[in-house]
Amino acid sequence: MKKKKQVQKIDFKSEKEFPLMPMSVGSMLFNKTGAWRNIKPVIDLENCIQCGICWKFCPDVAIIIEDEWPVIDYDYCKGCGLCAEECPSKCIAMVEEEK
Amino acid sequence: MGNHALSYGAMLGRSQVIAAYPITPQTQVVELLSEMCADKTLDATFIKVESEHSAMAACLGASLTGARTFTATSSQGLTLMHELLHWASGGRLPVVMGNINRAMAPGWSIWSDQNDSLSQRDTGWIQFYCANNQEVLDTVIQAFKVSEKLLIPSMVILDAFTLSHTYEVVDIPEQEKVDEFLPPFKPEITLTPDDPHAFGGLTSPEHYFELRYKLQKDMEKVEALIEKTGREYEKIFGRYLGIVEEHLCEDADLIFITSGTMGSTAKVAVDELRKEGIKVGNLRIKVFRPFPFEIVRNIVKRAKKVAVVDRNISYGHHGMFFQEVKSAVFGQTNGIPIFGFITGLGGRDITPSTFREIAQYAQEKEKPEENIVWIGVKK
Amino acid sequence: MRLSLPEEELMNSGHMACQGCGATLAMRYVLKALGKKVVLCIPACCWSVIDGPFPYSSLDVPIYHCAFETAAVSASGVKAGLEMVGDTETTVVAWAGDGGTFDIGIQALSGVAERNDDIIYVCYDNEAYMNTGTQRSSATPYGAWTTTTPVKHFKNRPKKDMEAIMAAHRIPYIATASVGYPEDLFKKVKKAKDIKGTRFIHIYAPCPSGWKSRPEDTIKLSRMVVQNANFPLFEIEWGEKYILNIKPKEKKPIDDYLRIQGRFRHLTKEEVAFIQEEVDKKWERLLANVNGS
Repeated sequence: MKKKKQVQKIDFKSEKEFPLMPMSVGSMLFNKTGAWRNIKPVIDLENCIQCGICWKFCPDVAIIIEDEWPVIDYDYCKGCGLCAEECPSKCIAMVEEEK
Repeated sequence: MGNHALSYGAMLGRSQVIAAYPITPQTQVVELLSEMCADKTLDATFIKVESEHSAMAACLGASLTGARTFTATSSQGLTLMHELLHWASGGRLPVVMGNINRAMAPGWSIWSDQNDSLSQRDTGWIQFYCANNQEVLDTVIQAFKVSEKLLIPSMVILDAFTLSHTYEVVDIPEQEKVDEFLPPFKPEITLTPDDPHAFGGLTSPEHYFELRYKLQKDMEKVEALIEKTGREYEKIFGRYLGIVEEHLCEDADLIFITSGTMGSTAKVAVDELRKEGIKVGNLRIKVFRPFPFEIVRNIVKRAKKVAVVDRNISYGHHGMFFQEVKSAVFGQTNGIPIFGFITGLGGRDITPSTFREIAQYAQEKEKPEENIVWIGVKK
Repeated sequence: MRLSLPEEELMNSGHMACQGCGATLAMRYVLKALGKKVVLCIPACCWSVIDGPFPYSSLDVPIYHCAFETAAVSASGVKAGLEMVGDTETTVVAWAGDGGTFDIGIQALSGVAERNDDIIYVCYDNEAYMNTGTQRSSATPYGAWTTTTPVKHFKNRPKKDMEAIMAAHRIPYIATASVGYPEDLFKKVKKAKDIKGTRFIHIYAPCPSGWKSRPEDTIKLSRMVVQNANFPLFEIEWGEKYILNIKPKEKKPIDDYLRIQGRFRHLTKEEVAFIQEEVDKKWERLLANVNGS
């Protein structure tokens, strides 16, 4: 897996730690939106034609290309189903999330 | 004229982005500035926006990138910007703005009245009230320095026509000396791709409180900074601004508290009354926000009576300088009677006889019988 | 594997958008085309929330969250400021929804366009005030349900023709785009980047939450809307020269498009026929402009 950006939730202990005006000092990557989904995509690499369309249409940047193959980042995938819907070889299945 | 003193202040202060919309009686400020930009006397971008709301919006965007910004407006224009005045202070953007005090419509009025700027007193802007053209020019230059040090916006306020359009001789400081006094604006954090941040995003109850606490804490440092900056200015240019102007207050039995050009008129009245043996004095408040509680308290303590003169009114309450003076001295001055007078709304002329009438009333009554004494209304 | 767009991302995961959000795809593609040297001015809109609350952000570019009506002029101010502090390279982008563009922000936008201020204005259009819960905007199409145009009083005015309004300002570049055609959008943004003056890009961005459509249909809708000529893809240069980018061989009927969105479910056969008529007329007008250029 490519090295992930290291991010943390930010906790200010006193007003002295706050910036002067409201401005971002950290990344939303701490927010694992994978927890939102009820169904998740599963790619069948056997039938994958490496077109890159699933990567292209993911609104959450939750599909990355690794060594020329698409890999789903389940930490962030919200289960919208766009990848499965747009896949031209229909090799992505949306399956129920385990409890 | 007073308006041009604002323009010169903005020019000598090396404003970099100016966005303004014309409104009587401010037009000369921006007309002169656009000429200065056109013939490069001032190296600035002048955005000829289509409304005051857009004027302030453009200034805020420019200020966030680290550019020094200036604008000017009056009454309807100032109140149109209201939402963005909060934005400037909350966003810690040190915009400097000239405001010509003009009465609020309806009906349409172009004449002097303080309601426009005073109804913005809660927006977190430093407010300077000027009484002569020299003061205007000196204040603008110092306002840049104060605002940029604490990252709080300022407005420099002039009366419509009595100050904005009055011609006086003004000593215009040399650019090199102003540069020595006022270095370029170099904030630590700016809007730039070299250091990306998202400014002003959604802020929950978990965080908003501290940010606003910090704004107030910095506002509380402004008074001392204005005095310090004023001394620095005095060293180079020989003129000290100060938070208030006292005229014969030390031994006064009755002190007028005034602001803006009526403060000059009050001084004339004071001198006349003194000749008649009446011990009056005038305290002209130059900095209204942050309100100079201690200074006012210390001066007022010595008098027997105080007459606050407001060219404004907070409907359903009283004159706004009156409210603030009373709160400053509450419980601190052994119950000195504080009289509140309202006069001059919508540009009704304030003359030395206005102050005579005020002095007479205050002398006759032991203490205020009403919270508003209307002077000049045809009842 | 040959990707049709650059691989580098300037938008990160973890943002607050709904599943299947078209607006996030719009941002993702536009940032790929513009690169790092960009400042975004974002007024109140879905993206002012999607980006994430203080003290976080999900984009690797600076953002100025500005007041609702001021997207265009805030961007002007930012551009002027950057130039004065010595940065003449950074592209300044106003990034607003349809509310902040067609309605409350139209004055500032008109002012900027009339002055031809040097910014790119991107409107991502989800056809209602989605951030506040789907109230109608002047970009809401005829026939749509919204919370302020309930079914018994559905929106009965046509979508405001923003391209015609911008063309009247004679700005150098106007383009429509759809997240269903990312390569076309990418090309247009790249083209806009190298032009000086006011550039206006109007991106069709489906909202499953507000349109009551399935999240997985977002791209399908974004293609259908071009194929049925309801949201044609074209460019206008200097308000006069019209260039049509995609001319569907056979214009698809509007019915299929309307049927998969809950917000149109209440429409009768007659109302759908009326919508088809209006789409056809609009298409003919566009073709006339293209041919006349």
